[in-house]
Amino acid sequence: MKTKFTTDTKLESEIAYFENINLKLESGDIIDSFKLAFKTYGKLNADKTNAILVCHALTGDQYVTGNNPITGREGWWSRMVGPNKPIDTNKFFVICSNVLGGCAGSTGPKELQNGSDVAYGGNFPSITIKDMVKAQSLLIESLNIEKLFSVIGGSMGAMQALQWAIDFPDKILNIIHIAGALKHSAQNIAFHEVGRQAIMSDPIWKNGKYFENNEVPERGLSVARMIAHITYLSENAMHRKFGRKLQSRDIISFGFDADFQVESYLRYQGKSFVERFDANSYLYLTRAMDYFDHDETFRKNIDFSHNPNNHLKYLIVSFTSDWLFPTIESKMIVNQLNSLSREVSFLEIDTDKGHDSFLLEEPQLDDVIKGFLTNNFAKIDE
Amino acid sequence: MNKINSIRKDWSLIETLIAEDRKILDIGCGDGGLMEQLENNRNAITHGIELNRGLAANAIARGFNVVHGNAELDLSQYSNNSFDYVILSQTLQAMMKPKDILSELLRIGSKAIVSFPNFGHWKIRLQLLISGRMPVTESLPYTWYDTPNIHFFTIKDFLNLCNEMNIVIEKSIGLTSKGKQFDINESVTGVNFFTHEAIFLLSYKNFEPIKIKSSKKVFAKNSVIAN
Repeated sequence: MKTKFTTDTKLESEIAYFENINLKLESGDIIDSFKLAFKTYGKLNADKTNAILVCHALTGDQYVTGNNPITGREGWWSRMVGPNKPIDTNKFFVICSNVLGGCAGSTGPKELQNGSDVAYGGNFPSITIKDMVKAQSLLIESLNIEKLFSVIGGSMGAMQALQWAIDFPDKILNIIHIAGALKHSAQNIAFHEVGRQAIMSDPIWKNGKYFENNEVPERGLSVARMIAHITYLSENAMHRKFGRKLQSRDIISFGFDADFQVESYLRYQGKSFVERFDANSYLYLTRAMDYFDHDETFRKNIDFSHNPNNHLKYLIVSFTSDWLFPTIESKMIVNQLNSLSREVSFLEIDTDKGHDSFLLEEPQLDDVIKGFLTNNFAKIDE
Repeated sequence: MNKINSIRKDWSLIETLIAEDRKILDIGCGDGGLMEQLENNRNAITHGIELNRGLAANAIARGFNVVHGNAELDLSQYSNNSFDYVILSQTLQAMMKPKDILSELLRIGSKAIVSFPNFGHWKIRLQLLISGRMPVTESLPYTWYDTPNIHFFTIKDFLNLCNEMNIVIEKSIGLTSKGKQFDINESVTGVNFFTHEAIFLLSYKNFEPIKIKSSKKVFAKNSVIAN
């Protein structure tokens, strides 16, 4: 496999081009060529044993830490990844790539279709978490890294980490799986469907061809984001943050302005999301999450894998107030691994910050991740 | 590697009951102190369960395989005979259903190691006799209304239960309150009086487990049945 690497100065990202590789997707479709935009932090050691792949969530990107040139803000996990941080880039070589189907430089609906000057839009093939991971594994291979020390992710990132354990156990030593599940639940699919309907019923969406007139289905995409954002919080967190406080006024307006702070906040979240995310990508990636289902198959896949996976260590973390990926879902993974006598650790962190807790200030999460990585790395280093 | 000296007297006794290179489940493992000792001194592969969130987090951060959970609910997930030893140290008296827990220990492990404070110790008997109130001692320092210990039993009670459940006591060690160590089997009457803390190595009577022996790839057979 010959992979071409370039640096995109505008995106401040490395780009890996996989040409004529005929990537076969789970749907049966084939992408003949594709590219992945990625960032690396820290240094790969001489033995190449210190590489960690961080997998981003639904609306994340490769900008884990440092500056994100698209938003002009700090990377999405700056508090977790960096020098002397829990995922310490003085010690580890951290890689993060924008997922296949994403919109931050990797091949996805907004990129030009191979050999044409038209974007994919709705012609982009349906992709799954398995496909994303397959693409990542090609990237890791082309970086000449035989074994990743760890694959780490929250939410959709956790799905990818679990998929790595299933598909490429021989290429990893451990996974850190945060706020994830064996499957996307009916309730989660339902929320995604509402988001997608909001986008698709925006007249500007035009079957995904909005880019032809240089337009963006802003209304639909921002509503989708607003709904999703509610699911990332918890009732307590919302109450603590906003209560019934009014926004820039002393009395209610008896109208439909954003009277309440919570409304104003959601509108802002929706608006700023539109500026950085592609509506079609949102459709494809939410679908990929919906299709994720290892409920019936996980145990068999781990038990009878043709790739040896006995060496794998699993750290599974959930949050008490996460109702999108509740603790019970994490415990199902833990139960199945324990029934197979696998090396699994599990912690439910007590917090009211909901599903988004993994992105926020949670000292216990920091301690556990830092300790798990440091001590397990010391064991292989012996 | 240097041997680790136990912080607790019962840990060093537990260590003497355990052979090299075995797979161990420590129930109520705290921050992993005993696991560390057994990994280091006995080359054991260890797993733990801990109910307390903070302690479980510390154990995980120290690199141990620890599941934050409740032994009374979560033991069922482990397969039959998936460990060589299952350890329950100073916790049986705090369990809702001690009998069920005992049978779970010996389902999951080939052998079980159980330690508990003896409610038949003379100081406790004396306190109850004289003051007429529930005893409070160094090993049972809680008042009756605020104690994790909900099932009090003596060595005699425990021996009776083991007998009823067809459990074999392979070894038993008693400790006096001054830390003097002795064998419990000799004469039960005196022992029940002076034992402050008891440690038992248990297995099932006439039970030859179908064991697929290997430290790593375990239970291919069980898995087939389960699937």
